Amino acid sequence: MDKIPILRMGAFLLVTIQVDLYDRLALNLETDLVNMVHKTGARGVLIDISAVSIVDSFMGRILGNIASMTRVLDAETVVVGMQPAVAITLIELGLSLSGVYTALDVERGMALLQTKLGSDDELTDDDADYTE
Amino acid sequence: MTNSVAQFLKKNKALLLDTWIQKQLASDTLRDDLMTNDELRLQSEELVDLLVKSVNDNNIEQTESASFDELFELLSAISMSRARQGFSPRETGLYIFSLKEAIFELLQQDLSSDPLLLFKTSLKFNRLLDSFGVVTFETFIKGREEVIFRQTEEISDISTPVIQVWDGILALPIIGTLDSARTQVVMESLLQKIVDTGSGIAILDISGVPAVDSLVAQHLIKTVSATRLMGADCIISGIRPEIAQTVVHLGIDLSNIITKASLASALKHAFSMNRLTVKRAESEKKVL
Repeated sequence: MDKIPILRMGAFLLVTIQVDLYDRLALNLETDLVNMVHKTGARGVLIDISAVSIVDSFMGRILGNIASMTRVLDAETVVVGMQPAVAITLIELGLSLSGVYTALDVERGMALLQTKLGSDDELTDDDADYTE
Repeated sequence: MTNSVAQFLKKNKALLLDTWIQKQLASDTLRDDLMTNDELRLQSEELVDLLVKSVNDNNIEQTESASFDELFELLSAISMSRARQGFSPRETGLYIFSLKEAIFELLQQDLSSDPLLLFKTSLKFNRLLDSFGVVTFETFIKGREEVIFRQTEEISDISTPVIQVWDGILALPIIGTLDSARTQVVMESLLQKIVDTGSGIAILDISGVPAVDSLVAQHLIKTVSATRLMGADCIISGIRPEIAQTVVHLGIDLSNIITKASLASALKHAFSMNRLTVKRAESEKKVL
């Protein structure tokens, strides 16, 4: 059984999908990822789909679900490296993945997560000051 | 007196060519601006050569016969090249039909003593040359259609140029109405360019779009969403007052999209998103 590796990079988790996702694999990824976020207390999840060339509505929904689930666990999800054809397909399917952050490549995705995390930290600091 | 069609043609080949060329030169539809008389002569000679070679008593009544394939091919090539050179259908048609006239004239001279045979032979040639005419016309129209098709393709290509206006900023001026097919082309070329250049911001300028209805707006929203999925931001600029009015009247929600009145203000916004500033050089001197 294929398994998609989840790498930990500091406060973030990095997932690189290098095979075409079939339904079972996607569901397993969802479970693994949510467990991993819970276990490590990660603040951000970066999913690199630059090698994915085929996408269906199920896969689009899974991406959306992962984003919502990680948000509940206080982690932001960034999907990076989407191929033009994949983007067009998702739009034609009516899935605009509005809850998911996107970036062009892993580097920019990391930068985006860092700024999100940075602003979050400031926010919590402010809150802390306020309560004090 | 000649009984055989093939013999008749062989015997009169040079005469036929001369008569035909004279007829063409005398005709009102001669276009020596499009084709020199020498070229015309060469083209006609080639056709007459092939005609003499392929026509015989057996196949003259079977216009579908395979022995005419070569001849039809040549006719198609001539017709196609004439369509591209800009000959009118009338000129192309008369080119072939004047050959018929030339043949009839020669037949008349040759068979004047036997009216019955003259009539029969004329009928055969008539049928053959009519089928030549039909082939010429078919390919002529096909040639014209090809020209139109190529132009349509070129228009759709040149109407969707993706320009890199700055490092990391792309601009796409849309000119003309957006339909589904064009949206597809626009979207594909924009997304591909985003990947190629790694640009984070795309500006869609719609000042050249004559009218925005709900369908066009939907296409725009689709393009913006697709760009967002790729991880780039999309700004729509060039919104004219009338378009702003129609958009609101139609109840189209563009609140999730960054919209700017002009390309300049969109570029300014893009600069600020990339934390770039544009300064006047003189003011720097004053500071120094």
